Amino acid sequence: MADQQEILSGLAEIVNEVAGVPVDSVQLDKAFTDDLDIDSLSMVEVVVAAEEKFGVKIPDDDVKDLRTVGDAVTYIAQAGA
Amino acid sequence: MTTEPRSDARAIVVTGIGATTPVGGDVASTWDGLLAGRSGVRSLTEEWASELPVQFAARVAVDPSDVLDRVEARKLDRTQQLALVAAREAWADAGTPEIDPERLGVSIATGIGGALTLLGQWDVYRESGPRRVSPHTIPMLMPNGPAAVVGLEFSARAGVHTPVSACASGAEAVAQGLAMIREGRADMVVVGGTEACIHPLPLAAFAAMRALSKRNDDPPAASRPWDTERDGFVFGEGAAVLVIETAEHAKARGAKIYGEVAGAGITADGHHIAQPDPEGKGATRAMRAALADADATPSDVVHINAHGTSTPQGDVAEALAIRTALGDAVADVAVTSTKSMTGHLLGAAGAVESLACVMALHDQLIPPTINLHNLDPEVQLDIVSGQARKIADDRFPGAVALNNSFGFGGHNVALAFRSYP
Repeated sequence: MADQQEILSGLAEIVNEVAGVPVDSVQLDKAFTDDLDIDSLSMVEVVVAAEEKFGVKIPDDDVKDLRTVGDAVTYIAQAGA
Repeated sequence: MTTEPRSDARAIVVTGIGATTPVGGDVASTWDGLLAGRSGVRSLTEEWASELPVQFAARVAVDPSDVLDRVEARKLDRTQQLALVAAREAWADAGTPEIDPERLGVSIATGIGGALTLLGQWDVYRESGPRRVSPHTIPMLMPNGPAAVVGLEFSARAGVHTPVSACASGAEAVAQGLAMIREGRADMVVVGGTEACIHPLPLAAFAAMRALSKRNDDPPAASRPWDTERDGFVFGEGAAVLVIETAEHAKARGAKIYGEVAGAGITADGHHIAQPDPEGKGATRAMRAALADADATPSDVVHINAHGTSTPQGDVAEALAIRTALGDAVADVAVTSTKSMTGHLLGAAGAVESLACVMALHDQLIPPTINLHNLDPEVQLDIVSGQARKIADDRFPGAVALNNSFGFGGHNVALAFRSYP
């Protein structure tokens, strides 16, 4: 399974593709909405792309808890464990 | 006779123009191309085209992906992309107006809407399942999507509209913008039309109606309004946008003025879902209504940018309607069809041709109808054929140009433009 750093760089690529945010700006402490300006529709794209990339399931009910990039990295690491 | 000029408080004028068409990626290149008689019609090189009865179309000269930011473009249907490109040009041309958002309106039409998104996401669904369908699908495919995107771009809050009347949509959008200002709902409206659905299904569907030209061996010669060899219209894509406001409002902010949007006439045939009334009675009433609304008479009309799609029936019906509407004054009216060069932009056609009318009056030059070698004997009009024609000085001030747009469903929209001052 991917380690935290690999998940972070994979997520950064997805966020860059979906929202044009520079890869270097996608850091663990950044909030998807407030810091990276990702709206709810684009967040759906990020989640679906992450599911595919990391081979995990992220139910819609859990997405609302993924406020920061760090939340997502932790979730994906645990879901894939 | 020339009627009394309108006061600046009543005259609604064009202060900004933008376009992306098969002839050019902006207004300057489009207008130069139209005056030069350049066709934007080309063979389709996609693999899917080979099995279609019609293997050519009029694609935009500059792809929107060359102009828009990648991330911005991926959330926009191609109709929205083209509308945004044209709207930004028009807005900058209008001097990037500073206006109370609650006094700014938008009226941007489309005939078909986001068909490429609908069809593209259906492919995604079938290939990869429902979970892969983009969350942006609905905002991209809804027909009001282009108007909404343009409204967001300029924070327009007076009202954002999307008239839909097939190939009359773009003209109806201009009429709607005119109404918004007259009704006092807005001080400025961004009006126009957009269309982008060059894809095998719409092409096959229009071909199934036997509406399209099948001149596969010579696409640039396929759109030939009023020529005896015409065999249907040419499917096109593109967008045009105009910024309109009262002359008083324009002058107060120091804007340049291209011309007046003087009147609109909207009627319906009540005849057939897809065939024109053979005598063009609805079209005649629309032209008369537009002139009345403009406080103009047939003798003020110097030019008509006709619907002229190059279909066997429609071209004749419109010619009859023009003669009936203008009476004896028709002898001094120069008629053209810029669709001979742009192809038929469906819901964008009325917007592109409104722009052409405004520019013709402004520059005193009428673009030619190309590919017209043998005039249909049933068409008794003075067609500007082969090369551009100057409008004589003595027709000014008060010169009026009409634009006709007719749509499946029996929709007729005529717009009257006047030189300003």
